[in-house]
Amino acid sequence: MSTDTDPVTPSPAGAHHVAPPDIRPWWLRPKTFVIAAGVVVFAAFMWRFGGGDIRFSTEHRPRPGTTFDWDYFFALVPDMLRGIWVTAQATVAGFAVALVIGLLLALGRRSRLRVVRLPVALFIEFVRSTPLLIQLYFVYYALPDWDITLGAFVTLVIGLGVHYGTYCSEAYRAGINSVPKGQWEASTALNLGPTTKWSQIIIPQAIPNVLPALGNFLIAGFKDAPLGSTIQVTGILAFATAASGRSFDAGVEPYTLIGIGFLLVSIPSAWLVRRLERRIAYERIS
Amino acid sequence: MDIQLPAHYYDRLFEGLQVTLQVLALAFALGIVLSVVLGVARLSPSRIARSVSLAWIEVTRGISTIVLLFWMAYALPILLGVDQPSLLLMGSIALGINMGGYGGEIVRGAIQSVPRGQTEASIALNLTETQRLRHVILPQAMRIILPPMGNLTIEILKGTALVSLISLSDLSYEGVKLRVSGRLSPDAPSDAVLFVNILVIYFVVAQIINGLFRLAEWRVNRRFEGARNGVELSPSPKVTAGAGG
Amino acid sequence: MNASAEPSDRPGPVDSPHDPVSSPAVRMRGVNKAFGDNVVLQGLDLDVAPGERVVIIGPSGSGKTTILRVIMTLERPDSGTIEVNGRHLYHEQKGGQLKPAGEKHIRSVRSDVGMVFQHFNLFPHMTALENIALAPIKAKGMGKREAHQLGMDLLDKVGLVEHANHTPGQLSGGQKQRVAIARSLATEPAVMLFDEVTSALDPELVGEVLTVLRDIAEDGTTTMMLVTHEMGFASEVADKVIMFDNGQVIEEGLPSEVLKDPQNERTQAFLGAVVKH
Repeated sequence: MSTDTDPVTPSPAGAHHVAPPDIRPWWLRPKTFVIAAGVVVFAAFMWRFGGGDIRFSTEHRPRPGTTFDWDYFFALVPDMLRGIWVTAQATVAGFAVALVIGLLLALGRRSRLRVVRLPVALFIEFVRSTPLLIQLYFVYYALPDWDITLGAFVTLVIGLGVHYGTYCSEAYRAGINSVPKGQWEASTALNLGPTTKWSQIIIPQAIPNVLPALGNFLIAGFKDAPLGSTIQVTGILAFATAASGRSFDAGVEPYTLIGIGFLLVSIPSAWLVRRLERRIAYERIS
Repeated sequence: MDIQLPAHYYDRLFEGLQVTLQVLALAFALGIVLSVVLGVARLSPSRIARSVSLAWIEVTRGISTIVLLFWMAYALPILLGVDQPSLLLMGSIALGINMGGYGGEIVRGAIQSVPRGQTEASIALNLTETQRLRHVILPQAMRIILPPMGNLTIEILKGTALVSLISLSDLSYEGVKLRVSGRLSPDAPSDAVLFVNILVIYFVVAQIINGLFRLAEWRVNRRFEGARNGVELSPSPKVTAGAGG
Repeated sequence: MNASAEPSDRPGPVDSPHDPVSSPAVRMRGVNKAFGDNVVLQGLDLDVAPGERVVIIGPSGSGKTTILRVIMTLERPDSGTIEVNGRHLYHEQKGGQLKPAGEKHIRSVRSDVGMVFQHFNLFPHMTALENIALAPIKAKGMGKREAHQLGMDLLDKVGLVEHANHTPGQLSGGQKQRVAIARSLATEPAVMLFDEVTSALDPELVGEVLTVLRDIAEDGTTTMMLVTHEMGFASEVADKVIMFDNGQVIEEGLPSEVLKDPQNERTQAFLGAVVKH
């Protein structure tokens, strides 16, 4: 439109309207502080409210002789929500751990040293192909042998974190491999150092490919988090087990309720991840 | 530290492993059937088939395996008025349903990845829709299906550990029982050794599954490389040219 | 063989019993097809006599491939009728009226039509021989042994006997296309459609495919409709050349007329552009 935005013609000083680029390093930008503060607040919140006992807010019992008592069903809703809240907390905390562990594992997997690379690869394969349930038992019951005793909630978070960390590491690896070879070659041709190459060229291009996979792992982690009930984390499944144990034949309503509660969270989340996936695919094409 | 367990521990664990493999086999069989049916139905010209299969896939993928398992074990029998459900069957069905949801999406994606020209060529050769699927589309989709299906099967193997929570005496269940009974005897192996052994057994089974799928992949890929089966190569003595008229 | 110029007021049989002598191999009447706003066939009337070899030329995107694709039932026309050997392809006679046909009827009429594609569309998981034998076994109920014999004969005809047990991945483009032609011949179609069958080939491989086409043309029994840019080949084998543009036939006649002495200026421009290339 105007000549002063024409890249060919040099514009007179101060005449263009484009804001100067933010030259602060990323750790000094306001956005970083907001995110960091959010993480800290969240962590503190989890620390304070995570876990705890099951307290029933209702004395309601199913009427005898009914197979499905709607009054009982609805009376259980507030307690179910408390349970799902605990489960969701464990999921998010576990996933945060997984993101970090995944990165470490991915780096280890790429190491030039065989003594690092091979054990890391074996560890990833081992954790990925064995049940989370037994891994949780291991952390909860076996680690105290080495004088490491963790609370139930922390055990669940660590278990989820390590388990899904191996998945994340594979996603990172695939994302890094998806960056075209020409980008690596161009970085070499421009003589960029490893830090610049990774932070400016490779990772920004790998992230869009990794995000949908990470989203799926978050949802998968949420679906595994009820396992915490086996080590006395009072999440959604522990709630249902306790509720069904309060009277004979009382299992139908709580188990149905948590099934529905689950779907109400996981189906919209899966839908969001798919939208993200499509948007990224769309941006890549255009 | 001695990593080995006493012999009678292994006896118990292998008894449990048999139940684990039984559940896995049943769940796998159901899962594969559901995967193909759902994957094909998702691409059906019928609107009803499409929406029903989509809803089924969304629900079975959305729900947690363990919640589905508990619901099927403890809620469904009461709703249906069944007194003594076979927990082995219920557990396997829950895992199979779960596998079918994911498998259906794998099959759908693989069918869609077969180039459109293949369908067009099959139409031009006047094959029926079933023949198209059976002889042209699915054999090619197989290449795409097998690797993720192998991973999915390992996920189901991991899922079988959950049946211990509905009191099926699988590998995990036996392990937990051994841990509890071991607390009474002073010379029992430590929990760490016990659980590491269980994990290793699962790991070995997973690797065997992995190997079987690699073998299947190799066999399928070999079909694309040709020159393997002995059809006699002689043309008939006179050129009859059965075409054109 | 008159086509687009004359409206279809001929009293000819609408859905006469199968009578390949008197009815044209292909008869299209008022065929319309649009993809969204893009009209590719505009009230197309076309007749092809049994045994006739028709070459369709025209600029890319003019819809000439769509003519073949609606005859092969790969695209459904929006309106109009198509007959193959006197039988309606998309319609059935029910109670004296033309009704949209079911899949069974379409399959039965479709068995008279075969098609060879630009990108071969061979089945990559089957050998050359299996590719050829599939349709005779599955669609025609032929015995396995018989179908394999037929396949070997056809491979001999296209000069590829020694490649019978090779999969498409092991063949060159020209070889693939010759297998694809043999595969289509195996179903013994009365009408064969060739959709730019040499366009995807390296120049040095075009000749071998054209040789096979020439052989089929010389047999003289198969009705052939070809979309091609090989003008030399067209003038050699064609009984009739049709210039197609903007969804309509704009000129048709003997190759000597249309290709050597075009009357329509769009034909002239098109041929000029093709020759320049």
